[in-house]
Amino acid sequence: MKRSLVNASLLAAGLFSLSTQAADIEVSVTNLTHGNHFTPLLIAAHTRDSHLSHVGEMATPALQKMAEGGDIADLNTAVIGANGITSTNPAMGLLAAGASINDVMLDTGDNTHLSIVAMVLPTNDAFIGLDSWKIPTEAGTYTVYVNAYDAGTEANDEIINGGGMPGVAGIPAAPSGDGGSNGTGVMDGADNMYVHTHPGVLGDTDPVGGASDLDSRIHRWLNPVAKVVVTVK
Amino acid sequence: MKTTDIKLKTSLLALVIATTLLSGCGDDVVVVPEPTPPVVVMQTFTVTVTNLTANQPMSPVVLASHSADAMLWQAGETASLAIEKMAEGGDTADIAALEVITSSVNGTGMLMPGMSETLTLTLAEADVANISLATMLVNTNDAFTGINSVNIAGMAVDMPTMMHYMAYDAGTEANTEAKGSMPGPADGGEGFNTARDDVDFVHIHPGVISQYDGLTDSVLMPSHRFDNPVLAVTIMRTE
Repeated sequence: MKRSLVNASLLAAGLFSLSTQAADIEVSVTNLTHGNHFTPLLIAAHTRDSHLSHVGEMATPALQKMAEGGDIADLNTAVIGANGITSTNPAMGLLAAGASINDVMLDTGDNTHLSIVAMVLPTNDAFIGLDSWKIPTEAGTYTVYVNAYDAGTEANDEIINGGGMPGVAGIPAAPSGDGGSNGTGVMDGADNMYVHTHPGVLGDTDPVGGASDLDSRIHRWLNPVAKVVVTVK
Repeated sequence: MKTTDIKLKTSLLALVIATTLLSGCGDDVVVVPEPTPPVVVMQTFTVTVTNLTANQPMSPVVLASHSADAMLWQAGETASLAIEKMAEGGDTADIAALEVITSSVNGTGMLMPGMSETLTLTLAEADVANISLATMLVNTNDAFTGINSVNIAGMAVDMPTMMHYMAYDAGTEANTEAKGSMPGPADGGEGFNTARDDVDFVHIHPGVISQYDGLTDSVLMPSHRFDNPVLAVTIMRTE
């Protein structure tokens, strides 16, 4: 008697998850930083064995391109090639500090996991990274806080010089025009080549000199840097 | 054998007396049926908070209950005046007075680094929905932390839930760290003022810089820096 009840409920749960596997999800992303922008977001639903980024591993060339220059085209191509579903640049440009992009709809199909990336600007190669988060099968609203990672592909010299192409040193730009110039560069010879938790930026208070072109009063952050709200329909 | 006999007899005797008393009652008293008063079932919750920072005393906390759709603050949105007063000066009176708050309790005093305090909230079962808690990191311009609308309905008794929370920046006062701008013991300066001279949206606090890390006007020291999480919370329903 007891046993058959248990089986029945397991069966019900199984049917339930099957029926919701091809889920419509709605994604919101909020920039939680004090004064950094996110470059165009890539929101991707994919299978369990796919990753856009993975801590402890070397960044792919596609990830490097996104983390150093904000270009998500190659990552998007990779996801689509693996039958994933994506939303590219839902905010139609940069997502400023304190800003949100809401109600990004994704029909996930057979894809079970969610990843979100965008470069944190101005930095050398910092990015927000939700890495292969299992999409709940039960309808509801879920909040996930996302940290900033360092792609490990470029030294964090904190010099704003327009350098956004892979392998080119420097920071592409400070979108709010609050960056400095003539920094001598933050150099400490660190050589972690793997994707890791970003140590944060240093910055200084000298807009026309000092070591860094970043402003310690504006561009620093503590984790988490993004709030992601996923509503499973 | 003997002992058992005596016990049996005693209980039989008790039964006889009880029956007699009961039937006596029934004979003498006319029982008037009364309307049953509605039973208000109460639930009691304890909320234990621990200050995880190195050297940031936290202002006396306020713990409040409210409906499920209310939130004290929202990242990316402008802070309310009540949140600004708490985040800049540690004054939680306006939060407790908010119309959405059904019930609130205050901490007994400053929550010092490393210290814990347990607050108790007793609510009618029908009023059990969400709770929030707020406190200022007093050696800052406008850093605060707390619980922002967590649902406690349906919690089982003696099944604690543990959480960690990060420090927010109210965005209402520039993080100058300058002398006279912060109410905590590191400065002894001003608390709340009406000016809003920062980004004016709530966000994750970027951290204290301190005078040792290049902010020459700062009166803060390296020990006043913090990282997330800054607050540990255990919520438990006790009855």
